[in-house]
Order: sequence, then structure tokens, then C-alpha cells
Amino acid sequence: MIRSSVLISGDPISLSRGAEETKLAIEAELAFYGLEDEVQVGYTGRVSRTDVVPVVVVYPDETVYGPVSADDAAELVEEHLYKGRVVEHLRVAQEVASAEIDTLDPEGATLYGQKRVVLNRAGRIDPYSVDDYIAYDGYFALGQALAEMTPDEVLEEVKASNLQGRGGAGFPTGLKWTFVAQQPETTRYIVCNADESEPGTFKDRLIIEGDPHAVLEGMALAGYAVGASEGWIYIRGEYAMAKDILNHAIEAAERLNLLGDNILGSDFSFHIHVHAGAGAYICGEETALLNSLEGKRGSPRIRPPYPTVRGFRDKPTVVNNVETLANVPPIVLHGADWFRAIGTERSPGTKVYTMLGDVNLTGLVEAPMGTTLREIIDIYGGGIKGGKAFKAAQTGGSAGTIIPADLLDVPMDFASMREHGAGLGSGALLICDENTDIVDLAYVLIRFFRTESCGKCTPCRVGNVQMLESLERLRKGMARRSDLERLEEIATYVESASFCGLGQAAPVPILTGLRYFRDEFESRVRD
Amino acid sequence: MEEVLAITDKVVDKYGGDPESLVEVLREVNDKSGYLSREHLARIAERLSQPLSKVYGVASFYSLINLEPLGQHVIRFCQDAPCHIVGGREVWEALEKELGIPFGETTLDGQWSLLTTSCIGACAVGPVMMVDDDIHGNLTPEKVRDIIADYREQDERATATAVQGGQV
Repeated sequence: MIRSSVLISGDPISLSRGAEETKLAIEAELAFYGLEDEVQVGYTGRVSRTDVVPVVVVYPDETVYGPVSADDAAELVEEHLYKGRVVEHLRVAQEVASAEIDTLDPEGATLYGQKRVVLNRAGRIDPYSVDDYIAYDGYFALGQALAEMTPDEVLEEVKASNLQGRGGAGFPTGLKWTFVAQQPETTRYIVCNADESEPGTFKDRLIIEGDPHAVLEGMALAGYAVGASEGWIYIRGEYAMAKDILNHAIEAAERLNLLGDNILGSDFSFHIHVHAGAGAYICGEETALLNSLEGKRGSPRIRPPYPTVRGFRDKPTVVNNVETLANVPPIVLHGADWFRAIGTERSPGTKVYTMLGDVNLTGLVEAPMGTTLREIIDIYGGGIKGGKAFKAAQTGGSAGTIIPADLLDVPMDFASMREHGAGLGSGALLICDENTDIVDLAYVLIRFFRTESCGKCTPCRVGNVQMLESLERLRKGMARRSDLERLEEIATYVESASFCGLGQAAPVPILTGLRYFRDEFESRVRD
Repeated sequence: MEEVLAITDKVVDKYGGDPESLVEVLREVNDKSGYLSREHLARIAERLSQPLSKVYGVASFYSLINLEPLGQHVIRFCQDAPCHIVGGREVWEALEKELGIPFGETTLDGQWSLLTTSCIGACAVGPVMMVDDDIHGNLTPEKVRDIIADYREQDERATATAVQGGQV
């Protein structure tokens, strides 16, 4: 009889700070008190803050301790699990915790309105346990779809939800699926893009590490809707733990016939494979990803034909981001109307952000679409570090827009941001305080694109080198007016003439930086 | 040479000799051997019935595949914007100074390789580096010196034990 459950944060950062030793010590103490059959111990994927890891959560009361070292295990087990008394001095302090407990008690009122759809289970379940997932409504959507819905009905539900791709482009997911479902070719594939490489973005890793089955279930539902029986998860080469968790989850789901042949006794079969990358930012671009998946260099393909027509192995292919797919099971389970009630009319649902840079609390936050950047910074980020003033934010990763304080109150959804010339992108929010040197920031960003350009097309391959040269001179105060003019001119060319999304996005930080912070570039020019 | 063949064949067999598995095969042989020599590449080409030029083209494309041997410890330092704005440049300079080599190089004694990496998705604790497979975050110049000293000390202890045991 299990009466209590203890979860230890098992993300790489927690592990690097001794989470495994903590877990072993807790297990040893439980054995000492003869509690090993009553208390279940496991890892959980994710906590949104990193300053208190490793975190230990004791259920059912959801007491949060952190950081807990192996030396604390004896006291914690004796007091809390043996005697039933909370160990106050090991708890995460209450006022600090309110920004972080969110992950553990999504229905509670302590959350400053944080809304969890995608991360509903992350931090509450053991990602290695399919039973945990099922206990929190896991695979109910798939079961319901297979028993009561036709593939078309699933597709229509997703279409009606107006779910938009969370990888950055915001393309309507239902529409993409329809394109694939309409193809005359009947061998079709589902590909999950987990090649999360956008600097500042790690939401997909934490979704997988916290709730892997949500992604698998989303893929199976996509397969059912468009008539595909095979799916691939392309995960970036650096995410060793996430890959391991996925492989484990697939095996567990197959054992229960939740994946594999004739799922739950139906006619629908769906197999998922995991394919690891080998280190290349460009492979996040969907056609480069498909080439890499086929064992080739990750060079982008010309579009059209789009992957929906000729994708993996030249067959119609749905390529969806991890977060997008994790949204699908709750949409199918609760319906499109439920989903549309969250977020804004034009962009329903939530968005998972990674909050970074000069804020007091960095980490992951899920908020309804339409939450403003000011709210994210003040409420979830605990304000700017050291009481300094906000200067700029880069939204959407390194390929994202640099925006000034004037745009702090724009509701963040795909459409509103676009209207203000800004982008939501991958959901990375890099917050910069008053001391940030925008020219230097632009230099670092372009250095990234120079390194990651695949070299296929000239505008991107050569343009990024030239932009970097101009920025280097500006940064050092050695630039002439012609350098600044050249920078702007080349940036415009690279944006308009590059072959794929990487090159087209690379100059965005320069162009938006110049739009909002031109003075700063001008002041570096030596006349 | 025989070892090269054995390692390579084992990985190729695991993937059933499927040409689509080329990237994963390269990566796995790389991880087992430390880097890919011409012999590795030739064997993979032969076994997957691919031209050597294509295999080389794919191998040289990906950053986690090495075509040169690296040091015993490999530092991969993140040089992207999120790590940069929280003090990355100072840490970078400290690393170069501590190891006495610029980025992209390996120390003469073969102990350390100093590489940069693109974002490794640990931005909330930037600046970040990986030493071999371990992530170290919230780096400062002082912390970097301590971490390197720890590795050096561990290596010395390991060598001392090996000498005592007569293994060297």
C-alpha cells in the first residue's frame, strides 16, 4: 500500500547538483525505517526555478523542499515520512515558492493566474511511469478518439481549436493536417520536431523530460487524424536524457498497447521511432530536419513542394513542434471550445516561455496567449535584477526581434506581435537591463548565425560574415558611416534573398535593433 | 585497425545496415572511438554502400562528430546571447587564460580541448559549459578555475592509483 510519494527533480541541472545522491540517500533512509513499501520514490522532470534544486516534493500534501542534499535525507525521512512533521527549515521559502509551486499545484490559487495546459502534469508525475500519466487522464483522448470519433472528427476538432504551431511560425495546425490528409498518396508520416536549438529555448526539453507521453499521444492522434501509421521524433543530439525518457516511454506505451499494432483493439496502428541529431542548428528547419532524418547533410530543401506534399521519404508528412503536439490530447479530450476559451481570440491556448537574462527568477513559465511581456517580467520573473530599469527584450530566440519598453504592454500572441513588428517565435524571452550594450548583443547574435549557416546559399553564408565584420568595427568604435550603411543594406538583402528560414531570420535582430535603438549604433560611428 | 572495424561493424549492424541511419551511425561510432578516422569513414561507407565522399560530407557537417582526436577532457562553452549577457565573455577569457590555449585548440599534453558550442538548453543557469558530459552552470571566472582544478586533481589521483597498482 503506497501512502506517500516522493519526487526528486531529475533534470540535468539537479543531477549536476547531486539529485541522484539525494535520491539514493532518501531510499536508504526509507529502508532503514522499513518504509520502502509505503513510500514511492521517483524522479520528476522539471521545476521552473533552478536556484532551489535539487527539489524534493512529498505527496500527497505537495510539500516542496529545496535544495535538498544527501545529508538532509535522514532528517527529511525521519521527520516527514516517519513522524509526519514538515521540516520547516528545508522548505522552499513561501514567498519565493509562490512563483514556483505553480508547477506543482496548477489548480491552486497561488499561481498568479498561470494556466497550465501543456505543463499540466510536468512536475507532478514521474516521467518514467506510464501509470502516472494514465492516472492524470493520459491516453484518454486517444482512447476516446479511437472508440468514438472518426479521423475526420479529430481533424475537425483540432482545426476548430485554432491551435497554431508553437515552434515559432504559428501556422494553423489543423490546416497543416488537412493538407496531408488530402494527399492522394496514402503512405504518410508524422514527424515531431524536437531539434530545439534556438538559443534561449529549452521548453521542449522540459516538456519531454516532464511529460513524455503527452507528446507520444499527440503524435498518435495526429497519425489517426491524417492516416499515418508511423512517426519519428527528431531530437537534438545534445538532449541525451530526453532521448532516454522518450525511448522508455515508447516501450512502456507499446507494452500496454497504447502504441504499436491495433491500438486498444482498434484498426489503428502507430509506431514511433526516436532519431537523434548530431549537432546542427539548421536541422530545426523542417526540410533540413527531413534530410537529416534520411541520413543526409542537414541542408534545407526548396519549398514548395512543402513537406505536407513531399516530406520524409518524399511522402506527405506532418512536421509539428513538441509543444504543439502536447496541446493535442487536451484539445481532443476537452474539445475545441474549451481550448478557445483560453488565451486570445486570434491565438487561443497557452504559450510556454523560457525567461532569461536580467530577471530575478529565470526559468519556464506557461501563461495564456495574450499575457503581456510586462506581466511576465513582473509577476513570474520577479522583476528586473538589482532593481534596474528594463531596456530591451529579445523575443523568440536569437532569430527573434529586439523590442523596446514601448512594446511591454502588447498582448503576446502571434497576431498582435506581428502587427507590432515583433515575433513570438520559440517563446524565449531574453530580458536585458539598462546596462545592456545593444551593438554588442547584435554582434553575439550574428556570430551565432555565421557559425550555424549551413553554407548552401550565398546571401546567408557570405552575408553573415560581412554583417559580423561591420558589427565588429562598430563594437570597437572603429566603424565609419559607410559601415553602418553597409550593415543595414546587407541585412536587408540577407533577409529577402536567403534560401531558408535561418538566413531570412538572421538579420532580424539587427533590423529591429536599428529600428528601436538606432542612436546606439550611430554613437559608435567615427566621423 | 581491427578495433576500428569491430566498433564500426557493431554499430552498423545495430542499425541493420540502413543507409538512412548514417547520421546516427557516425555519431555512435564517434562517441565510442572519440573521433572518426579515415578508416572509420571508409568502413562505414563500405558497409552502408555509400560513396566515401558523401559519408565525409555528412560527418563534417555535424558539430558533435569529430574528425580529429580531442583532448582527454572536452570543454564546450556556450557562446550564445543568453549566456553572453549574464557574464559569458569574462568566463570565456578566464577559460582561455587558465588552459593557456585559444578556443578551438587542444593543449599540448592532450589533456584539454576547448570548444564553443551553440545553446545547450540550460540558459536559466547561464553562463554554461559542458565538461565531457556534465553541465556546469552559473559560471564565473573563479568558479571556472575551481572546476578545472577539480578535474586536474581527480586525474592526478587516478594516475597515482594506477601507478601504485602497477598499471602504468
